[in-house]
Amino acid sequence: MTLEILTFSFMHRALISGVAIAILCSIIGLFLVLRRYSLFGDAIAHSSFGGIALGLMAGVYPLWTAYGVSLISALIITRIKEKYNISGDASVAVLLSSGIAVGLVIIGISGGFTIDIFSFLFGSILLVSVNDTILILSLTGIILIVVLLLYRQLLYSTFNEEQAKVSGIPVEKINYLIVFMAGLTVVTSIQLVGVLLISALFVIPNVTAIMYGKGFKVTAILSMSFSIFSVVIGILVSYIFDITPAGTIVLLSIGLFGGTIGVKSIGLLSEN
Amino acid sequence: MLNIVEIDHLTVQYPDVKALDDVTFSIKKGDFLGIIGPNGAGKSTLFASMLGLNTKYKGTIKFFGQDIRKSKDYLKEIGYVPQKPIFEKNFPATVKDVVRMGLRRESDMEKIEEILQQLWIHELSKKRIGELSGGQQQRVFIAKALVNNPKLLILDEPVTGIDQHSKELFYSILRELNSKQKITIIWSSHDLDAVNQLANHVACLNSTLFFHGESNEFFANDELVKQYSEASMQEHMHHH
Repeated sequence: MTLEILTFSFMHRALISGVAIAILCSIIGLFLVLRRYSLFGDAIAHSSFGGIALGLMAGVYPLWTAYGVSLISALIITRIKEKYNISGDASVAVLLSSGIAVGLVIIGISGGFTIDIFSFLFGSILLVSVNDTILILSLTGIILIVVLLLYRQLLYSTFNEEQAKVSGIPVEKINYLIVFMAGLTVVTSIQLVGVLLISALFVIPNVTAIMYGKGFKVTAILSMSFSIFSVVIGILVSYIFDITPAGTIVLLSIGLFGGTIGVKSIGLLSEN
Repeated sequence: MLNIVEIDHLTVQYPDVKALDDVTFSIKKGDFLGIIGPNGAGKSTLFASMLGLNTKYKGTIKFFGQDIRKSKDYLKEIGYVPQKPIFEKNFPATVKDVVRMGLRRESDMEKIEEILQQLWIHELSKKRIGELSGGQQQRVFIAKALVNNPKLLILDEPVTGIDQHSKELFYSILRELNSKQKITIIWSSHDLDAVNQLANHVACLNSTLFFHGESNEFFANDELVKQYSEASMQEHMHHH
């Protein structure tokens, strides 16, 4: 049974997509966490819920409308935050509740469409199609290339905006780029863990990796490794025991986080 | 000699206070200018305006003969060391990561090693920046500022967290950069003795520019020295 599941083509698609999403979420999440923007992923995910409901009502593929709504709301909230000097956590709260509110109203108007909505709320990685997998892999490739090309600019403006500006880095454009990439990443990841648990993939592997006290590249690699481990083992275990993959993946990454705290508390890791 | 910086009738008006009032001076190539003045004298505003971080000013600022409103190219020739380099204490960046952030061309990696050695932080290169003492961090930020071979170094001197040994090391580094590598230095400081030893020009700022000239001239003027040592003493106490 255990080895047999590795021969199913749906399982190949799930694992390939899962690994791509794991890599994507941990690298974009690292920039968000370090910018004290940990819940931004959550906020975009909730706003995408409004987009999904809109798509289902209009009869359009819901992820397309989710991409549209998430990106627009992410950019709007960043603009409002900059222009009116609203704090990060407050702007996240506004975005988060607006998305859910819009989604609920649309669902109410349409008379409710329960099954489809559930797969978006909790993810449905075992159901990803070949087209979904191609989309996920392409987006991952594009975003990783952008991150590698603009590595210094992204890192420097995350480390200290003012100094980055003095170094001639267009910090405002970089800020918008990060928000834009986060929006794309979130909607792409909905299929893996659903709207409700996305911020776990953004935050937990990164918080765990940061505790190891290493430099930026090693931290990013550690975070990706934790994330890939949780996703792959999570998908396999959840299938074997017939439990929800999203919950299993997140619990595994929480396990790694707890384990790291344990190792740190008995002094095996240097204090930072 | 060529003027590297020309500041002409610079005025910055904040809603409640005039931070800079009609400030005019210039800095020549090879100068080592110490800027002194009490808290709130406008030193930070002056630096922010020179670095393009504050654009709401009247008057003109020219670097290398070019108005900075017209082009930001001058920033390539400047290394800046901030007073309080704010970052998350747990930020996952090593000393080398931080210095590398300043590097404009990836091909110059060997330059990093050279500068880390020059500033006595080579052995710390794999440590996280947040684990270092104030004096060590200051040297890391100087290294980051120097990594592109700047013509001009602007330093806002930190007032806390630097021990005596680090201070002396810092001063000897500045002296060498100016005298041997011919880097022009603009340095805001609270330490009049150090300014006396290091700088060849002094600017006294307190919203308006009270004095700008050769340091010999400044230190020969007992009245000015008394006034500014009291101001910097008050500031020193304020920071503790």
